Formats: sequence, C-alpha cells, structure tokens
Amino acid sequence: MSSNSHSNDHHDENFIQKYIFSVDHKVIGIQYGITSLLFLLFGFSLMAIMRWQLAYPDTVIPIVGFLFGESGTLASEQYNSLGAMHGTIMIFLGIVPLAVGAFGNYLVPLQIGAVDMAFPKLNAASYWSYFVGGVIMISSFFMPEGAARSGWTSYPPLSIFENGQTIWLISMIFLITSSLLGSMNIIVTIVQLRVPGLTWMRLPLFVWAQFVTSFLLVLAFPPLEAAAVLQLMDRVAGTSFFLPSGLVMSGEIVDVAGSGSPLLWQHLFWFLAHPEVYVLILPALGIVGEILANNTRKPIWGFKSIIYSMVFLGFCSFIVWAHHMFLTGMGQAMSAFFQTTTMIISIPSVIILTSYFLSLWGGSIRFNTPMLFALAFLPMFGIGGLTGLPLGLAASDIYLHDTYYVIGHFHYVVAPGTIFALFAGIYYWFPKITGKKMNEMLGKLHFWPSLIFMNGIFMPMFIQGLAGVSRRLADGGVSYAHASGVLHLNEFMTTSAFLLGIAQIPFIINIIMSLFSGEKAGRNPWNATTVEWAAPSPPLPHVNFDSDIVVHHSSYEYSNPDAKKDFILQTEK
Amino acid sequence: MEVPYIVKEREDTGLINSKLGIWIFLASEIMLFGGLFSAYIFLRLAAPPGDFDYWASKLSVPMATVNTMILISSSVSMVMAWASLKLNDFSKYKMYMGITLLCSAIFLVIKYFEYTGKFHHGIYPSSSTFMAIYFTLTGLHGLHILGGIAVMLYFYLPISHGLWREQPEHFSNRVEALGLYWHFVDLVWIFLFPVLYLL
Repeated sequence: MSSNSHSNDHHDENFIQKYIFSVDHKVIGIQYGITSLLFLLFGFSLMAIMRWQLAYPDTVIPIVGFLFGESGTLASEQYNSLGAMHGTIMIFLGIVPLAVGAFGNYLVPLQIGAVDMAFPKLNAASYWSYFVGGVIMISSFFMPEGAARSGWTSYPPLSIFENGQTIWLISMIFLITSSLLGSMNIIVTIVQLRVPGLTWMRLPLFVWAQFVTSFLLVLAFPPLEAAAVLQLMDRVAGTSFFLPSGLVMSGEIVDVAGSGSPLLWQHLFWFLAHPEVYVLILPALGIVGEILANNTRKPIWGFKSIIYSMVFLGFCSFIVWAHHMFLTGMGQAMSAFFQTTTMIISIPSVIILTSYFLSLWGGSIRFNTPMLFALAFLPMFGIGGLTGLPLGLAASDIYLHDTYYVIGHFHYVVAPGTIFALFAGIYYWFPKITGKKMNEMLGKLHFWPSLIFMNGIFMPMFIQGLAGVSRRLADGGVSYAHASGVLHLNEFMTTSAFLLGIAQIPFIINIIMSLFSGEKAGRNPWNATTVEWAAPSPPLPHVNFDSDIVVHHSSYEYSNPDAKKDFILQTEK
Repeated sequence: MEVPYIVKEREDTGLINSKLGIWIFLASEIMLFGGLFSAYIFLRLAAPPGDFDYWASKLSVPMATVNTMILISSSVSMVMAWASLKLNDFSKYKMYMGITLLCSAIFLVIKYFEYTGKFHHGIYPSSSTFMAIYFTLTGLHGLHILGGIAVMLYFYLPISHGLWREQPEHFSNRVEALGLYWHFVDLVWIFLFPVLYLL
C-alpha cells in the first residue's frame, strides 16, 4: 500500500493496532499460536470425556457431567458430537494453524531474512478468518441442534440428515478461506522475499517443508470447499448431490430427486484429506530437521535427498486419496492403482526418516528439551508410518478398516509425531520469540511423562484394532463378543489419557514462568546457523533485523573443520 | 521497512509479488471449479440415460449466448483499461473500466431473469441433479462476478484518482492482477456455457 513511511509510524501504534489488528507477521504468528494451543487443549478435553465413557460406560462423568443433562452421563448422540468435534478441532483448528499459521508465519520470513510476509494485510485477514471459523465451530455446541455428529469426515447420507452439520460446513468454509490466504502468502514470500545469497538449496529444511505444505493447502483445500458447498446445497436447498435414488431412512423412501452419489463426497473429501495428512507431517519434519542439525552439531545427512523427497511426497500425496475407500466397492482396478501409489509414497517418507536417523550417527548430541522431543518424534513417527502400510494394502485393509487399529495408526503420526515436533519447536524458538529461555527441568518433566502416556494411550489401540473392535462406537463395543477380550484395556488407556493431561501442566507453568522470569537469551542461544538467529531476540517490530543481511553459507554449517567455532551463521562472512 | 518487489520485479524471478500471488490464487480457483466440474462428470455418468439432456433442454441458450458475448466484451475492455493505464491515459482507463463494470452488471441482470424464469416454472435446485449442479456452478460463478465488481468499483470510484496520482505504476499493477482474475472468471463461463447449455 501507500504507506511509504511504514518504519516511522509504528511507534505511535496503540495497543489494539499493535497486538489485536496487527499486520506484523510475528504478532499474527503469536496470535495463531495462542489460539491454536487453546483449541488443542479444548480438543483434548473433548477426547478425555469420550475416554471416560469408554472406560466406565454410562457412569456419571466427573466434574463436567452437569453439561450433559441431568443424568450426568454421556448419551450416544453426545458421544458422536464429541468425536466429530474432537477430530475437526484437532486438525483444522489446532494442529494445522499451529504448524502453518503460527510456526510458518513467525519463522518463514525470519529464516529467509525478510521484513515481513509478502502480503501483511492478507496475513491478518487469514488469521481473522480462522478466528471467525473457530468461533462458529465452537458456537455450534450452544445451538439448539447441537454440534455436528457425523464424524470429521462427514460422510453422507448420514451427514445430510444429522443435526448440527450446517454450522460445521459454514465454519469449514471460513477455515478453508483462512488457510488458502495464509498458504498463498507463504509461497509468494518464499519465492520473492529471500535475502540476497539465499539460493533455493541454501534454504533451511523448515522453509522447504512450509513451501511444499503451502502448495498442498492451495491445491487440495478448494475441492473440499467445493464439496462443502455441495453438501450445504443438499442440506439447505434440498438438492441430492450425495443422495442416491430410492434411499430408505427409518423404513421410508426419502423424498429427494435422487441420482446423487455418496461416493462423490468421499472422493472430494479424501482428495483434500489425504494431502492434509502431509500438511500435518511436513512442517513437523521441517522443525525436527532444524533441531537435529543444531543439537547433533552436524550438517543434516542427505540434505538434498530430503528436499527432493519432500517435493515428491507433496506431489504423490495427490494421487493416493482413494486408499481410504477400499471398502466402498469402487472396483478392483481403482484399488490396485491406489494401493500401488500408496506403496510408492512410503518411499520418500522412509528416505526422510532414514536420513534423520543417520544424521545422529557420530554426532555429539546435546540432550536438551527440544532435542528430546525431536528424538522421540523419530520412532513415534516411524511406528505411525509403518503401521500404515497394512492399511494401504487393499487386502489387509478389509480386515483393519474402521477399527481402533486405524485410530492408533494416525494418532501415532499426529499426536506423539507432529505434536511432539511442535512442542520441540516451541522449546527451540521460544528464546527467539520472547528473548527468554525456557526452564530445562520443567521441560524434562513435561517430556518424559508425555512420552510414556502417549504410548499408554495409543499402543493398546493396535491390540484392540487387531482384535476387530470398531471405532466410533459410543459404548466402545461391549455388545460384541469378539471385543470382550480386549475391552479391559480401555481403563488403562483412559488413565493414561488423564495422566497425559496432567503432564501438560509443567509445560503451561514453564511458558508463563519463563515469560516473566526466564533466563535472558541472547541472539543465538543454541549456537545455531540459520538466518533467524542473526536477528535480535525478540526480532524488531515490522523490520525484524537491525542490520542489512546477506547470506554466504548453506543452512547447516556445523563443525566445519576450517572454522574457528563449531558453527557458522549463514549471514557470517 | 517496506516489503520489496511490490512495484519493481525481483531480478532472479522476474516477478512482482502481486502477480505471483494472483496466479497462485487462480491455481486454487482452478482446483475449486475443477472439483465441481469433476462432480458434474461423476454425476452425469451415474445419472439415468437422457436425464441430463432432458433438464438441459429447459435452459435458455439465447440468453446464455448473449451473456457469453457480454462477458467476452468485458474481458476485452478490461485489457483496454489496463493498456490505457500503461499509456498514461487515465480518462480512457475510466471509460474502459466503466464499460467492463456495465457489462458485468448486464451479465448479472440477465442471469437474474434466467433464474427467476426457472423459479416461475417451478424449477428449483431440488428438482433434479442437473438443476442442482446448474444452480451451484452458475451461482458460484455469479458470486465470483460479484466479487470482481466489488474490486472494480474500488478502482473506478473517485478514490482511484488518488491511488493513481500517488503511485501510477503500483496502480496499474493492481489493475493487471484484477484483469487476470477477470479473465479467469470469463474462462470459467466459457467452460460452463457448453457444458451446461449445449452438451
């Protein structure tokens, strides 16, 4: 815009301009971060209530029981609502905004040496669209119809007739708009605003990860927007895009024009939702790469292979979506094709993970809190990824489909996987964001219980799933004989879940305490190499850097035998 | 400090920010309409034979043909508007932008009569799957036209004089981005017209 005196006028910004309706990428990043962490906590609480129901069916829920009617127990519809909202909130309001909105916004401009994002106002619009979408989503709990209860996948025909879905769809349109604006911005920023000398192969892994992720968001989200529009039409205008002719409900033929197809929704939905999996995991891989290089004091092994793998992963993620649909009767040829592409896409993931493991070899590893989380990420993501292989093969998927095995699989990828990486990122960049170091003792008190209890929740799910226990059952499957042998595990998992919640208390205390009385961190507390550590901590409002910078080195120049120190900042001569 | 490459191209990429931004936005738009067009194909393949033809025969081809002409003219005048800016002729720019605005308004008016004509004959989105996809696709396209009109007005109303006088190059870059968007909206119609009315 026409503000040619931008650098001068930020001194007289008032509180609202500076912290609420800011266009500074750092403030927007922090806004994203705080909002999404709160949503993560909220999504976790929904899950805790569901887990109580699974372990102790039809008993009064402690503390929050009064919210669920006079009996204080959870009705089946309420269980369905909680399930649908847990998934939606965790993915669309929690992890993606934290990984892309918060980390991407805050770090990408800093790591490429830019003053801000390419379109600062669009950036603010992206946050506020996300905020409005979140408010609408939460508001659905207080609507007469209640919150959506058709699962986060919203399969028709159920979703066309179930209560609460309209609000869900409207909220999703806001959230899709938000991530569209945000990811466009990130792509343009990375292409256009790299500081002189920062060539593509000198970009840190995190920036590459954000770059690929943004392409996935830009290209995969619009088909879901299309699908959401179609479903909204089905619900509001009485069309039948997703309703077949002669559909029978409660013994009567539904009065619609018909000739629609429920499969169409699944195709459109998974065309987004499979790339979405890589939206969840790629930023995490980027964060872990940064932290591994820093704390092994070595360049990342196979740096270029990792980048090529990320790009290939992004490309491939568009042609695997129907492996979620092996059981829909879409035909053998389709299954064979998507099973093959699914096996192919596992190759780049394995290359990345293997490179990370090999990067540890011969390093003098520093076991600080970010490194612990990053190290734990590797096997956890490994378990999540490898347990996905039987699901990608049509034959074994017939048995495992829609069981707790699936739940265990994708939670291993996302919970002890992505969320651990995000925790690592928070511990790692907190000194840059606030100028204060986080407490190591509390960090370890956060890490070890979290690691144990995460596994306590998700490992038994594999056992239950292999025994054939279905997901999305409000009673956990007590009416099925084959489930009887493994349902006792529910109590153990529920206890683990509550303890996992308690294990987050040191984290919250740590953030607040460090903010006020943490040890002061200089510009580069971790002796790291990437460009953001050349900026003051916290970076200056609107301009980030206090001097002109030029990049002279590749991104991970650790332990270079010719250098005096064991690291060379990218901006050093 | 100002974000760089708003007016001047970056040397190694040869791009200004807004041009790259609008192209990426258009890529996402292609995926949006691409999703809907695939839905159309999917539904047509699954429909009972003759069903789509029967309902498509109820649409008014003359009205849509006129609309096609009007939209194509608006695309031409949009280019002329941008070219006038490059030639430093602001009054010509105003004239061409005015024509573009007029064309888009006429398009929407004709669309309005098409819609109400259908409603008078008791044809609604719920009447058949063809009508459902017809109203959804043209409705979404109409929303894009509306969005375009909003931005055009911003660059047409008196507020634009100041923008032009202060930073003429920046102003014409913004009009160029708007033009790219407008051509895309036209292009969508060029696909919609045969797919819905003629096939």
